[in-house]
Amino acid sequence: MELNVANTVKWMTLANEKIQENKTYLTELDQAIGDGDHGINMARGFQEVEAKITATDYDNVSDLLKDVSMTLLSKVGGAAGPLYGTAFLKLSMAVKGSETLDFPKFKSGLAEALAGIKQRGKAEKGEKTLVDVWEPLVDYLNGQNSFNAAGFESVAKEAMEATKDLEAKKGRAAYLRERSIGHLDPGSVSSFYIFSSLAEVLKEGD
Amino acid sequence: MANVSIVLVSHSSKVTEGIRDIITQMVPAVSIGVAGGTEEGEIGTNIDKIKQAIEEVQGEKGVLLFYDIGSAKMNAELAVEMNEYKNVHVVEAPILEGAFVAAVEAGMGKSLEEVQAAAEKNYRD
Ligand SMILES: Nc1ncnc2c1ncn2[C@@H]1O[C@H](COP(=O)(O)OP(=O)(O)OP(=O)(O)O)[C@@H](O)[C@H]1O
Ligand SMILES: [Mg+2]
Repeated sequence: MELNVANTVKWMTLANEKIQENKTYLTELDQAIGDGDHGINMARGFQEVEAKITATDYDNVSDLLKDVSMTLLSKVGGAAGPLYGTAFLKLSMAVKGSETLDFPKFKSGLAEALAGIKQRGKAEKGEKTLVDVWEPLVDYLNGQNSFNAAGFESVAKEAMEATKDLEAKKGRAAYLRERSIGHLDPGSVSSFYIFSSLAEVLKEGD
Repeated sequence: MANVSIVLVSHSSKVTEGIRDIITQMVPAVSIGVAGGTEEGEIGTNIDKIKQAIEEVQGEKGVLLFYDIGSAKMNAELAVEMNEYKNVHVVEAPILEGAFVAAVEAGMGKSLEEVQAAAEKNYRD
């Protein structure tokens, strides 16, 4: 695999497309166990991300990812803003200085991003948050020597679906305690869109 | 801003305005910055608003940040870390009661640490 400026722009554009398409769905998921703004928050944030990065020329992936981070931080408005903002900032910092990302760099960058999310949200795996998608993916990548798009996407999908049976311990859904069981975690679903977009973009480029 | 200043971070501008009204009625000598709601005035929090509020009230004695729920704390902490502010602390106390106690202490000319300790007393876990 190679993540360069061109396919990272594609990745974000596709993620934005999926989020816009599923804006209502994400909001419905958040209405069930939150405040019903996740679709709106993510749609606003990623719309701005696409606008920003398609209007800018980048020399390297790190600068691009930094702009993704800053835009999400400023524009999202809910918990997803500081969480995804931190994730993309850590990813950007981890790959600073490299024009493109190969698999080992991507792998360690994603691990740093996960650590950032956990630190920011004081969250661990099993608490029905987006950590429940990011951590299984990082674990999966650790056992791989090259990027397998289909495998990556299916791990993300399974992890996202597994949040349904969990009881929320962090975020707004935690206030509902056991009433949160039986619903997908909205942030895990939006994370799935982000990662399935990446898988699609990297699959094309094989 | 001879005294410690306060910044209120909430999901709603009505909350931050209301708390500021309650406090300034009793403690007029403390600057209170507000960061309530999103850029569009919706329910949520915004890191740029927090930064702006901090810079509006920052004096030599420092600033204490109070937050309500969820993203308010994450954005408050991020605003402090990313701008590398000195003497700006996020306080672990309920936003209304904590900020009220802090303002009274700040109004008596106490230091940042003293005011923070007074606000966090009974609440810190
Ligand atoms: N402390 C946390 N740690 C990790 N993830 C979290 C945390 N809090 C919320 N999340 C994730 O964020 C998602 C909700 O994002 P959303 O943008 O709707 O924020 P919100 O909860 O409405 O924000 P706010 O805290 O401002 O009310 C959840 O589905 C969950 O995956
Ligand atoms: Mg929400």
